[in-house]
Amino acid sequence: MKTLEELEQIRKENYERIKIRKGNKLENNERHILVCGGTGCTSSKSETLIANLRKEIEENNIENVRVIKTGCFGLCAKGPIVVIHPEDTFYAMVKPEDAKDIINMHIMNNQVVERLLCKDIDESVVNKLDDLTFYQKQKRIALKNCGFIDPENIDEYLAVDGYKALEKVLFNMTPDDVLKELEISGLRGRGGAGFPTYRKWLFTKGAENAVKYVACNADEGDPGAFMDRSVLEGDPHSLIEAMMIAAHTVGAERGFVYVRAEYPIAVHRLQIAIKQAKEYGIIGENIWGTGFNFDLEIRLGAGAFVCGEETALITSIEGHRGEPRPRPPFPAVKGLFEKPTLLNNVETYANVAQIILNGGDWFASMGTEKSKGTKVFAVGGNINNVGLVEVPMGITLREIIYDIGGGIPNGREFKAAQTGGPSGGCIPAQHLDTPIDYDNLTAIGSMMGSGGLIVMDDTKCMVNLAKFFLEFTVDESCGKCPPCRIGTKRMLEILTRITEGKGEEGDIEKLEELAKNIKASSLCGLGQTAPNPVLSTLKYFRDEYEAHIKEKRCPAGECKAMTKVMIDKEKCKGCSICARNCPVNAIKGELKSPFEIDQDVCVKCGLCIEKCPFKAISRK
Amino acid sequence: MCNCECNDKKQKLLEIIEKYKNDKSNLMQVLHEAQEVYGYLPLEVQKEISLGMGIPMAEIYGVVTFYSRFSLEPKGKYNIAVCLGTACYVKGSEAIINKFKEKLGIDVGQCTKDGKFSLEATRCIGACGLAPVFTVNEEVYGKATLETVDKVLEEYMNKE
Repeated sequence: MKTLEELEQIRKENYERIKIRKGNKLENNERHILVCGGTGCTSSKSETLIANLRKEIEENNIENVRVIKTGCFGLCAKGPIVVIHPEDTFYAMVKPEDAKDIINMHIMNNQVVERLLCKDIDESVVNKLDDLTFYQKQKRIALKNCGFIDPENIDEYLAVDGYKALEKVLFNMTPDDVLKELEISGLRGRGGAGFPTYRKWLFTKGAENAVKYVACNADEGDPGAFMDRSVLEGDPHSLIEAMMIAAHTVGAERGFVYVRAEYPIAVHRLQIAIKQAKEYGIIGENIWGTGFNFDLEIRLGAGAFVCGEETALITSIEGHRGEPRPRPPFPAVKGLFEKPTLLNNVETYANVAQIILNGGDWFASMGTEKSKGTKVFAVGGNINNVGLVEVPMGITLREIIYDIGGGIPNGREFKAAQTGGPSGGCIPAQHLDTPIDYDNLTAIGSMMGSGGLIVMDDTKCMVNLAKFFLEFTVDESCGKCPPCRIGTKRMLEILTRITEGKGEEGDIEKLEELAKNIKASSLCGLGQTAPNPVLSTLKYFRDEYEAHIKEKRCPAGECKAMTKVMIDKEKCKGCSICARNCPVNAIKGELKSPFEIDQDVCVKCGLCIEKCPFKAISRK
Repeated sequence: MCNCECNDKKQKLLEIIEKYKNDKSNLMQVLHEAQEVYGYLPLEVQKEISLGMGIPMAEIYGVVTFYSRFSLEPKGKYNIAVCLGTACYVKGSEAIINKFKEKLGIDVGQCTKDGKFSLEATRCIGACGLAPVFTVNEEVYGKATLETVDKVLEEYMNKE
């Protein structure tokens, strides 16, 4: 248990310690080596790197150097990432065996390890993290502490004004003040639908019941999206603090975080954070003598996408099959265990403490007229800087893809970006300059979604993409309502037929009619949005569908059934590398004269295209 | 399998049930932990949970079969999970999974006859920066190519 004075003391002491990460030198010349411990970098062995760094420090008897495992820095493409403070040197793609050089050269001899420095988009070598163009257009609020503090140490969270917003709410604000501030901020749900957050809180506060709950949706099922995971991994206390503010505002004493079981690191860090908050008396009974009680529990999902839907999530927390139920009643009236429940997404909560501390006006000063603040996007696919970015609402897709993301690799052309995952749609090149906010994205046939942003180059077939998402929804449909269960299956059958070169006249119209009916009659958001990937690709790439159906041709060359792998006789030198690598022995020829592919045997795997040193083989 | 190991697992299962049985909404937590002990959730284990928690067997079976992370079948000693999230898909994970199918002679969700390898298609594991990605048990293999598949399989074939 810590008193408020003790907490303040911890804040001061630890701020003094971590302020070197903001470039301030300490008298004892302390240095911090920050290593990313997010899922991406951990997958590239950053844990071993940390162990090696500590071993080197110990073996060389170095004092005043601490290795800190942080959350995600965002630049996952260059991971594992290492940043050394106070000089703010940034090393990219660091391997465990590089620990020796970092300690021997950088730490002991103040010599930058040149080979580990990162190259920017224009190939210039970058010394400091903030100098990278990747970070220049970003504005970090939800991710403010990710990559800056040690998420497994509550003292470091306290040092960056942690739990100060909660203190302010408990002592200096009424629940109505909190609601007012949220209303001014204009914060909208970051899970995708964009419902005004203060109204959800207001409804739950207004519901009459002695028992209420707050819950957090951390079931980030949208494939290719990892914003919420990064908050949980990099700054779990910010979620706890916000949920406590929410609980106090709406009149709840118990909270649940529903996390995907696919996120073991996030779950682990959240467990640690809850335990530490309990030890400090921040979570508990009669918190700081105010009479406010709060307890927080983690509930694990088990791999069902539909559980991201709020009523299905609630059913799942209760321990049942995660099937949705009709609304109304909305969770604010009848939610968990039939009690009024406030349910928000992780990223939504991650903004709350900052809004309380800096005021709603501050938050509302960023963004567009109807979409305030920032949004985190997980940018992936055919883009150079794969990673996590937080940008002000209203930024254009062009800025995200070219200025922050570094453009499309291998000299290819941008074709489309998919936002909103299986519920969203694609955005073609003609809309690259549309300012991104909730309403604009809906207007051009996509949606904000939770923040997955997958970039595709001109080798991607849009019919095949629609098929990919439909396969996902068919697989994830819970089966409760027939429009979703049967309708999406029928759509998938038609799409499969088209991509196999068996499309028929009238298929497009059938898809459109099915889409209309599924959207109108499905029970929950999963079904109501499932046809979106088909509708939006039809809207912008109808000619591709028509080429598949009428000409039996895949313009992007991705649908194998409609392509032939051919050797260009002019370019072929007869080296036989293709023939030796062909898994089905479809390639024959005499050395030093052009080879040929037997189309009846070829399985169109494309291995020969990869292997040919003369780029003589391609899909036609 | 020797008797003592089975008893050991049963003992652990009973402890798990004991820990959570006062709150039926903890069923999924119990199933997660039981699966960690047994590697999968055979009917006998579900029956035990049903008895201990006071939840009808039909309901438990319903929950187990609803969620993709719960398995009625044992997994191979080395479980290969290929990510089919969008980012990996765009970077060619479909070819990776097909290669595994071909090399192991099994389909997704199956286990090789010797019990050594099982193959699954998994949802986004969030290592999108390394796409395409697959895992063998806990080990992550990023930026995978068809050659990576050959190399990794060879490495595990030679392992016990």
